[in-house]
Amino acid sequence: MQKGYFGQFGGMFVPELLMPPLLEIEEAMNTIVPSEAFQAEFKALLEDYVGRPSALYRCPNLSKRLGFNLWLKREDLNHTGAHKINNALGQGLLCRHMGKQVLLAETGAGMHGVATATAAAMLGLECVVYMGAEDVSRQSHNVKRMGLLGARIVPIESGTRTLKDAINAALRMWIAEQRTTHYCFGTAAGPHPFPTLVREFQSVIGREAKEQMLRKAGKLPDYVVACVGGGSNAIGAFHEFVPHGEVQLIGVEAAGTGEPGCHHSAPLNLGTPGVLHGAMSMLLQTKDGQIEPSHSIAPGLDYPGVGPEHAGLQASGRARYATVNDSQAYNAFRTLCREEGIIPALESSHAVAWALENVRSIPKKSDVLVCLSGRGDKDMGIIEEFEKNLKG
Amino acid sequence: MSILTERIRSANASGRKAVIPYLPAGFPDRERFWAEVSALDAGGADVIEIGVPFSDPVADGPVVEAASLECLEHGVTLEWILAELGRRKGAFRAGIVLMGYYNPFLQYGLERLGRDCAAAGVGGLIVPDLPLEESGPLRAALAGTGTECICLVGLNTPPERLAEYARVARGFVYFVSVLGTTGVRESLPEEVLAKLAQVRPAFSVPVALGFGISRPAQVAPFGDLIDAAVVGSALIKRLREGGDGAGFMKDWREGASLG
Repeated sequence: MQKGYFGQFGGMFVPELLMPPLLEIEEAMNTIVPSEAFQAEFKALLEDYVGRPSALYRCPNLSKRLGFNLWLKREDLNHTGAHKINNALGQGLLCRHMGKQVLLAETGAGMHGVATATAAAMLGLECVVYMGAEDVSRQSHNVKRMGLLGARIVPIESGTRTLKDAINAALRMWIAEQRTTHYCFGTAAGPHPFPTLVREFQSVIGREAKEQMLRKAGKLPDYVVACVGGGSNAIGAFHEFVPHGEVQLIGVEAAGTGEPGCHHSAPLNLGTPGVLHGAMSMLLQTKDGQIEPSHSIAPGLDYPGVGPEHAGLQASGRARYATVNDSQAYNAFRTLCREEGIIPALESSHAVAWALENVRSIPKKSDVLVCLSGRGDKDMGIIEEFEKNLKG
Repeated sequence: MSILTERIRSANASGRKAVIPYLPAGFPDRERFWAEVSALDAGGADVIEIGVPFSDPVADGPVVEAASLECLEHGVTLEWILAELGRRKGAFRAGIVLMGYYNPFLQYGLERLGRDCAAAGVGGLIVPDLPLEESGPLRAALAGTGTECICLVGLNTPPERLAEYARVARGFVYFVSVLGTTGVRESLPEEVLAKLAQVRPAFSVPVALGFGISRPAQVAPFGDLIDAAVVGSALIKRLREGGDGAGFMKDWREGASLG
């Protein structure tokens, strides 16, 4: 198989000027990352700085009501509040090992920006974060956090002023600054080797969850469920379970408002194969190949593409991808707040919603493991606005 | 010999560097675009690069990006470009190349693209997000059609990759002068000269220098290390400021003599 492909998806569709730095990262991924020294350093940071292993929590109240065991892999308890820190620290360390001084990141919801700024501050690196202007205003709390951590935030006014435009801008900057800068790609998308590299750093989620399930439930879960924007928390949760065919892997995409013809972020369900941001994957696009705007109530899912490994898992039938709309995600958000005392990120609420919405089809006493990828503090403004519209 | 190679060599034979203006299709509007292409051709452009607009152009700077997005708003599609070129086949002395990102070409269908480019007299395609590793399907679709897949290389392309590109290069090789995006720059980095000294002997096809070039004086220092210059953002700016393709070509033809 050609390098960096998952079935027909993946690849390195980038300007020639980006091939040398990508090949340099690939080389580092194959030599530095597996080394004992790197792994020891990474593991120590995950334990002592991030707070891993993150808890695996069986929701007692919801499990009783739903009739199946709802388990949450608590990535929201990580330092900085989301799974993003696993990848940011891994790539930050790699950046230092490669002798580069600047960590460049793009961010949508702001969580990857915060995680990268955190990793940069701790590792003594400079940090530049590109963020769509629309997201800057939606996620002002995270923008402030990044500022406190010493990152320079560059708002992007072009295009739809969201994540995809931030990625375009970051790729452009990286072309120019590649000699000093490592592009800390935030999700398991983009050109090879990023989908594999990010999955490598995020697969700690599934490894821990498997071990915890075996210890606490005495068996593997029947379902592993995770939200999918670019898809890094999902691929991190899925990877360890892929060889276990009896475990159903469910990715959850954002269906937007759910109205016919609405903007959404469900390329695996409603998109077609195409090339964006360096990879062949499933895309929201016109028949002429122009990228269509996406939408989700969760800024971190608001992306017209998806990581190529997910497209490959869908094509092979190993994973299934469902959709959840804004209202269903909001309801799941409220439910988890009220019934379990956990405020989830709106992204993660999509995954929780799938479990709540499918209560009739999930066999009783099943073990359903949901990756709670992040916490919802960042989403208070959106929730307030959504509730205002509900009342209005 | 490819029509593109032939046009560039013919300019060199008459004592000057070939001039390759770039204009996004449908800029400044759909009607005037073809008038400007005709003016560029009549003014002595050797090859004309027609940009195929894309919503997410990662290798372009702000000038080309803004112009491309305007063209999309004007309803420009690859289908329209090829149909209009087909109607004008044989009308231009200059070789015609299309420059665009891979996804619109891919969605058009690569086999259909090869057929329709040949029918429209397109001499080559420049696809900035298609490095050697991914270019197999497009090369296969273009094989035997008379439309070449143009290679791009840059300051950071190592010698072994230059050699791989040299094996498949047809038409001309596009040397990207800066580690950056398209757009006018005051001066080109000094390392361009050193890199061109590596690139020139590696390729048997002509070498065209692009990105960051606005004035003939900028290419003079490269002497016979380059055969052609690509100019995009400067032309777009000129049209925005009320100038036209004819005046643009006049300045370039006068300034681009070899030596």
